[in-house]
Amino acid sequence: MNPDWIMGLSGGLLIGIAGAVFLLGNGRIMGASGIIGGLVDGSGRSNAMERIMFVAGLFLAPLAVTLFTGAPETHVTSNVWVIVAAGLLVGVGTRIANGCTSGHGVCGISRFSFRGIIATVFYILAGGLSVVLFRHVLGVI
Amino acid sequence: MRNLLALLSGSLFGIGLLISGMTDTTKVQGWLDIFGAWDPTLAFVMGGAILPMTLAWWLTKRIRPLVGGSFPPATLPEIDRRLVIGSVLFGAGWGLAGLCPGPSVASLSYGGTGGMIFLAAMLAGMMIAPPLKARLDSPVPAA
Repeated sequence: MNPDWIMGLSGGLLIGIAGAVFLLGNGRIMGASGIIGGLVDGSGRSNAMERIMFVAGLFLAPLAVTLFTGAPETHVTSNVWVIVAAGLLVGVGTRIANGCTSGHGVCGISRFSFRGIIATVFYILAGGLSVVLFRHVLGVI
Repeated sequence: MRNLLALLSGSLFGIGLLISGMTDTTKVQGWLDIFGAWDPTLAFVMGGAILPMTLAWWLTKRIRPLVGGSFPPATLPEIDRRLVIGSVLFGAGWGLAGLCPGPSVASLSYGGTGGMIFLAAMLAGMMIAPPLKARLDSPVPAA
């Protein structure tokens, strides 16, 4: 099997265990956009500390690991306008839809949640169209 | 306890995103790009993540959360404008940059200026979302 797929599967298992810890431990759904968004718009003030700790782990753990292993290349586009537009779309979209790849995707699909599955279908379709349009038609990414 | 578990969960999530390759935008865009050199890695990541989570959801029917309280109730199987429009906007941005909220924070320390600009724009988007959300919640005006 392709080593990238094995790393993907192993990393995926860790992501699922992370979600299981948050669910079985704190009784909460591990959705990155909801955890971060609640801090940004003030809607998550009642459990802000839990959110801050989650985000701290999410930032610090990869930082700590990459100090030893070296950091992988992220290949983020150098086109600043593309980055800004993409960031705005991701921020607005995930908050309007109440979830992203972790909340609707990982946590929703595993619960056989109808809304999670529908959200995932729409963001994958839109993501695919976006890549086709901006890469193959317009050539900007 | 609650905060320690959140720190542990965030840390595992971050390391999982790092080693799975999901902070590399070319792998995400490569999975979405069915007309290019298609990269199936993301499917392995999703599959790997769904396995422990399925077990966890099964356990929620038998136990209580460790810190007490109750598990989040299931949502009604209803689709509304917010879910569809929000997901389409999110997907468009996800394809455009190859980043979603989790990986944007996980790769902040090694993603360079581009990664920082993305995160700043995403937080700005999250800040302006509540009024848009409220507008989408209001009933559709008669045509």
